[in-house]
Amino acid sequence: MADATMGSAPVSDAPERLTTVDGKPLKAALMAAEAKARRRAFFLVLPLLAFVLVTFVAPIGQMLHRSVHNPGFTEHTDLSDGTQTEIMVNLRAWFDANPPGTEPDEAAYAALTADFVVLRELRAQGAVGTRINYEAPGTRSLFTKTARRAERLEAPFKEAILDVDEDWADPKLWQVMRDASSAYTINFYLAAVDLEKNETGEIVSVNENRQVYVLLFQRTLILSLLITFLTFMLGFPIAHLLATLPLKYSNILMIFVLLPFWTSLLVRTTSWIVLLQSQGVVNDTLVASGLVADESRIQMIYNQTGTIVAMTHILLPFMVLPLYSVMRPINPSYVRAARSLGATSWTAFRRIYFPQTVPGIGAGALLVFILAVGYYITPALVGGSDGQLISNLIAFHMTRSLNWSLAAALAALLLFGVLILYWLYDRLVGIDNLKLG
Amino acid sequence: MALDTSSDAYVEFDRVQKSYDGEILVVKDLNLAMPKGEFLTMLGPSGSGKTTCLMMLAGFETATHGEIRLDGREINNIPPHKRGIGMVFQNYALFPHMTVNENLSFPLEVRGMGKDEREAKVARALDMVQMGEFGNRRPAQLSGGQQQRIALARALVFDPSLVLMDEPLGALDKQLREHMQYEIKHLHENLGITVVYVTHDQSEALTMSDRVAVFNDGRIQQLAPPDDLYERPDNSFVAQFIGENNKLTGTVKSKMGDAVQVELPGGATTEALAVNAGEVGSKTLISVRPERIEVATDGPNATDAQVKELIYLGDHIRCRLNVHGNDDFIVKVPNSAGHTHLKVGETTKVSWATEDARALDPL
Repeated sequence: MADATMGSAPVSDAPERLTTVDGKPLKAALMAAEAKARRRAFFLVLPLLAFVLVTFVAPIGQMLHRSVHNPGFTEHTDLSDGTQTEIMVNLRAWFDANPPGTEPDEAAYAALTADFVVLRELRAQGAVGTRINYEAPGTRSLFTKTARRAERLEAPFKEAILDVDEDWADPKLWQVMRDASSAYTINFYLAAVDLEKNETGEIVSVNENRQVYVLLFQRTLILSLLITFLTFMLGFPIAHLLATLPLKYSNILMIFVLLPFWTSLLVRTTSWIVLLQSQGVVNDTLVASGLVADESRIQMIYNQTGTIVAMTHILLPFMVLPLYSVMRPINPSYVRAARSLGATSWTAFRRIYFPQTVPGIGAGALLVFILAVGYYITPALVGGSDGQLISNLIAFHMTRSLNWSLAAALAALLLFGVLILYWLYDRLVGIDNLKLG
Repeated sequence: MALDTSSDAYVEFDRVQKSYDGEILVVKDLNLAMPKGEFLTMLGPSGSGKTTCLMMLAGFETATHGEIRLDGREINNIPPHKRGIGMVFQNYALFPHMTVNENLSFPLEVRGMGKDEREAKVARALDMVQMGEFGNRRPAQLSGGQQQRIALARALVFDPSLVLMDEPLGALDKQLREHMQYEIKHLHENLGITVVYVTHDQSEALTMSDRVAVFNDGRIQQLAPPDDLYERPDNSFVAQFIGENNKLTGTVKSKMGDAVQVELPGGATTEALAVNAGEVGSKTLISVRPERIEVATDGPNATDAQVKELIYLGDHIRCRLNVHGNDDFIVKVPNSAGHTHLKVGETTKVSWATEDARALDPL
C-alpha cells in the first residue's frame, strides 16, 4: 500500500521537500498512515451511501428525466415480454422532411395511415392516443377510432382519414404530434405553468378555464408562507418559555411540544375534522354559548381555513425545536447587560435577544416552509376544493390521470423553487448559521 | 434601629434580606454604607450571598426586605435600565452579533445620543483601555483579556458614577489577571468612580480595594481596609479566609485588660490579644500569622516546636512544625543572610508577640 502511494508522490525536484526520517516523502507517508482509517470510515458510511443512492438520488434523477422525456409517441413497450418497437416511423419521417407549420398533405396522411396499421397490430393506439391527449385534450378517442379502421382505409388517405373524423384537420393536433414525435420535450414544463404551443409552435397561455397550475403554485406559496408565519408567531413564545423555564418544568412542557410527533399524522388530522366540522366540537360550543346561531355554523374545515389550521398545528414542532435549540444557550446575562446599559426590556429584546435567535428562526422557517410546500395528506383530507396544494395535483397526475411526465414536471418545479429559496437563504443568512438542534 | 444614614453614603444597604424560596435567607440583615469614590470588594466563598447583593444593587433581583439607596434615593422599585449603573459581567456578556464599536455605542444609542457624540465617546473609551484599533472586530475575534477590556470600556462609556463588577477577571490566566487588577485600579483612581467588586479571590480583593466586605453565610463578617482585614481579623472565619493562618484552640483561663491567658490542650498556657474571646472558661481560637513567628528565639510565648517538613520557596523557607499539639503549624523563615537553618525532626523554639496572637471565637 505504502509503495503504491509513494509511486504517485511528486518527483523530488524541490530540495526543501519534507521527508520522514527514513526518506519517504512526508505527504505520502501521511496518506499511507491514514489510508486505513479513511477506508474504515468509508465502509461505515457505505450502507447509507447506497441507501441514499437507491432511494433518493436514483428516483429523483428518474423523475427529472421523466419530466422532459416521454416516449409515448415514439416507442411501444410490449408489457408481456418487454420488447420495444419504434412506432409512428412514417409520420416522424414526414415531420423531419417538412418544416413546422406545413399543411399536412397526402403524404402525411399516407404516413399516418401506415403508422396506424402498425399501431393496430401492436395494440398501441390507446397509449399513443393518451400521449397526444395530454396536450390536445379530447383526442384519445380519435386515435382508437381511426386505428380500428386503419386497415380498411384506401388512397387518397387524406380524404379517407378526414372521413373517419374531420378533427384530423385540426392544425393544433398536428402541432402536438410533431412535438411528441421527439421523446424529449419541454411541453410538460410548459403545461405545468399553464402554457402551451399553438398551431405555429409559439408559446402561449392556455385557455383561461384550463389555467390551474400557476394558481395552485401561488396558493401553495401563499399558504406555506402564511403557515410558516403562524408557526413562528406561535412557536417563538413557546420556545422562549421552554428555554428560560427551569429544566424540570421545561421538560414537561417539551413533552407537550413533542406529543404531536408521537401520534399518527392521520390521527392528528382527523381529530381536527372532529373539532372543526360544522357539527364538531368548536361549532357545538359556539352554538351552545349562543355566539353563533345554529343555522349559521362556521365552515372551518374542507376549505383553506382547515388546511391552514391543521398544517400550522402539525408543523409547529418543526419551528419550536430549532428556536429552542438556539435560545437555550443564549446566556441571560446578555439581556441583563443590555438592561444595565440603559435599554428597556423591549429594546433589550429587539436589539440583543432577537438578533441572536435569527439562525433558529431561519432554520425553523426554512424547515416549515419546505415541508408545507410539499404537504399532501392534510390538505387532501381537510382542504376541500380551495385548500388543495400543488402536491395534491401531483398526486392526482400520478394516480388518476397517469400523466407522470406532468407530475414529474410539477414536482421538479417545486424542487427548483425550494432550491432557489435555499440558495437565497444561504446568501442572506448563511447556511452555516442554520441551527437545527 | 436603622443604620446611620450619613450624608456621605453613596450606596447604602439598609437591613436588606433576600430569600429565593421563602425558606432560606441568602442574605441576612445586610447593612452597608459606602462613600462616593470608594472601591469596595465583596469577598466570600461561593454561596455566601455576595453576588446576590450585587444583583440586588443592579436591579436584577429584588430585595425581600429592606432598602437599597443610591445617592440618597431608594432604588428598590427602579428598573435596572433607569439606575444608570455600569456593570461588568463574569462572562463579559459582550453582544456577539455586534462589533466592538456597536457594543460600546449601544448604551449611548439607547440614551438617544447623537452619532458624532457617540463616536467620540466610543473612541475615548476604547483608548482608555488601549483597544483603539479593535473597534471593528467582533467579540469572538478577541482574546479573553481583550474582551475583558471591552467589557470594562462598555460599562464605563456612558459615564456611570457607580460600576459593578461580578468576578470580571475569573476567566483570565494569572499573569493577565494581575495586570488587569492594576488597570482597573488605575481606572478607578483616574475616573473617580465608585466601584463595587465581587470576587472570591482574596489576593484580588486585597490588592485593589479601599475596603473589603468579607461575606459568609449571608452576612458581612468584617468590613475593613485590606491591611486591617489581614492583620486584625475580627473573627476566625476572616482569619481563616484571608491569607495563611495558624490556629491554636484552647480555653480562656483569665483576662487581664486587652490580653487573655489561654490554656492549650497540652496543659501549657499562652497569652493572646482578646479580640473576640468569650468569658473565662469558654473555648477560643488563637490565630497567628506565619510571618509573625520568630524561630529559634526565646521571646514571649516561646514554646517547643518539632520540625515536620521544610519546603524551599526561594525567597523564604516554609516550615511545617508541631506546636502545642498542632501538627500543621506553618512558619515562614526568610531566606536572608545568616538565617536559621532547620532540619526535619529537630526540636526548636518558636515565639510570637502577644499582640500578634489574636484570641477569636472558636470555629
